[in-house]
Amino acid sequence: MKKVVIASGLVAALLATSAGAAETLKIGYINTFSGGAAILGKHQRDGFDLAIDHLGGKVGGLETEVIYGDDQRKPDVAKSLADKMIKKNRVNFIAGITWSNLLMAVQKSVTRSKTFLISTNAGASPMAGKLCNPYFFTTSWNNDQMPEAMGQLVQEAGDNNVFMMAPNYQAGKDMLAGFKRYYKGKVVGQILTKLGQKDYQAEISQVRAAKPETLYVFMPGGMGIAFMKQWGASGLAQSIQLYTVFTVDHLTLKPIGKAAIGTFHTNFWNHESDNPVNQKFIADFQKKYGYMPSHFAAQAYDAPLLIDSAVRAVNGDLSNKDGIRDAMRKADFKSVRGGFRYNTNHVPIQNFYRREVVAGADGNAKIVTTGVVFKDYKDSYYKDCKMTW
Amino acid sequence: MAMSLPLILEQTLNGFQFGVFLFLIAAGLTLIFGIMNLVNLVHGSLYMMGAYFAAVAYQWSGSFLVALAVALPASFVVGIVLEIVALRTLYQRDHLDQVLATFGLILFFNQLMIFVFGAASQEMNLPQGLEGHVEIIAGAPYPTYRLVIIATGLAVALALYYLISRTRAGMLIRAGASNRAMIAALGINIRLLFTGIFGLGAMLAGLSGAMAGPILSVEPGMGEDMLILSFVVIVIGGIGSVQGAFVASVIVGVVETLGRSIIPFLLERILSNEAAQTAGPAITSMTIYILMAAVLFFRPRGLFPAKGG
Repeated sequence: MKKVVIASGLVAALLATSAGAAETLKIGYINTFSGGAAILGKHQRDGFDLAIDHLGGKVGGLETEVIYGDDQRKPDVAKSLADKMIKKNRVNFIAGITWSNLLMAVQKSVTRSKTFLISTNAGASPMAGKLCNPYFFTTSWNNDQMPEAMGQLVQEAGDNNVFMMAPNYQAGKDMLAGFKRYYKGKVVGQILTKLGQKDYQAEISQVRAAKPETLYVFMPGGMGIAFMKQWGASGLAQSIQLYTVFTVDHLTLKPIGKAAIGTFHTNFWNHESDNPVNQKFIADFQKKYGYMPSHFAAQAYDAPLLIDSAVRAVNGDLSNKDGIRDAMRKADFKSVRGGFRYNTNHVPIQNFYRREVVAGADGNAKIVTTGVVFKDYKDSYYKDCKMTW
Repeated sequence: MAMSLPLILEQTLNGFQFGVFLFLIAAGLTLIFGIMNLVNLVHGSLYMMGAYFAAVAYQWSGSFLVALAVALPASFVVGIVLEIVALRTLYQRDHLDQVLATFGLILFFNQLMIFVFGAASQEMNLPQGLEGHVEIIAGAPYPTYRLVIIATGLAVALALYYLISRTRAGMLIRAGASNRAMIAALGINIRLLFTGIFGLGAMLAGLSGAMAGPILSVEPGMGEDMLILSFVVIVIGGIGSVQGAFVASVIVGVVETLGRSIIPFLLERILSNEAAQTAGPAITSMTIYILMAAVLFFRPRGLFPAKGG
């Protein structure tokens, strides 16, 4: 008699714990936290973490555990981190990834395991086109959207005789190609510089010799900081209008300093919009971390909000992957961008703004939004994507 | 792509300045490799730390001279400490062991910078008063600050020349580069000499980092950009020879810079525009390595080998 009581008591206790305990939501976050480009990973992580704070640590109403991994900017490290997070930690979502080549390395194994992969930065074009996947979403953009918006900006401004410069790697070439899709004027010269090169005096001399009206550059990270400083020191800013892409933003503005004043660029994020979610994001970000967020932080902030909206829609049933996907496609959450809408290839349809760097009240460089280049802009690859919904 | 005599002159000047800047880094490296037989990959990190010391001191004081006055002794001290704590044990070891150890130190220092200063690039502007231009070549304003870099490099070259050929310490340095075992046998305190040389090399690297700060990006990992180029320079110049380092730096600087302008120009004349734009950058990146291979083919020990018979 006693044994039966104990046994049924044990069974009852077991049933109680399994029925009462809600599942923990596990998100794997992979980004670059070491090395020269660690600042990009930091901005995104800070944005991502702030969103989770704003959700009270409970994404989708479930207790949330985030497992972080440093990919060290290496594709093989990123892939083994992703594999470990899926097999050992059993994550439901993997988010992050700054670099397009790392994205291409991890996407196959993550999506094949039927785990949702959300890029908070990398916008490799194959993922927007032929390799689009029901388990892959991005909260950033497609790589070509920014240079295309730049081309449109320069075309609309009526500036002509463009000289172009970018580092000699895939992204550099894409930035020049995307620009030419919308800029139809004359190109007086083009230089592909060595990736990682920091001294641009020779290139600046060549630009001067070519006598362009306009200079369009793509110089990410440290390359851009070095180039902009040297451009500022060259005195050519008076006679040649400089347009940049992925070079001047809230992340690089301080080290570049006054050399950025008078330049134009585009971005999907209007940091000055009075959208309350955006204003709260900026204010709380500055309070928590002590610096002004960049668009990298903004795009990463949207990721937990996206996951939250999807998990709520399926009432916390993480095994209902189709339901989660349908909810993610609806993107029914309040984004820092204002309206957030997905295209058929899971790339956002969003605005691109014209931004200018001006001298602020204290004389330092300040970014202001001065117009819209593209409204509800779709990327150029979605027609190659076979998904329909 | 435009090409004219004034442009070629301008690019030669640019190349000369780049070469002088390379010399500041290569001088210390060649001494360390030549005298202590140490493959010192940490040299790039010492350059980085010089830049960081200068950037932080400049932000705090607002004066570039104060920044230099802080960065130079600080780099010297870091060099000495590093030598005593970590590198002394490596002298007897194989070059590959030294590569492994000093590469590990590169990773350590990069992360140390992120830990102490954060991952963002440090602010460092051009010193006030040096923001203008000088028209050395008609129609081509040349940044004043870069002239200051040339002047600094030449001053360091002269100072090193004086040190090495006219002082007793310099004599020990030359003797050490020529035959290490012999000077130990003659009763010279090798330990002190090596520590001193490493400190000097570190200080030179720190100086070049501090000078680079206003025009480049002060960030973790900035040393690695310069490292490979410096090794190319000292191999071409002759390991252990400061004279060789100077000549090789200027040659490498000018060839690299002229290559970047002339090769695409020539290719556009020979190939189609499309092919030129693809091949140009690729071939340009190879120029100095082809130069190095050519020099080594004719002079396997470099242009000014330090090791005597």
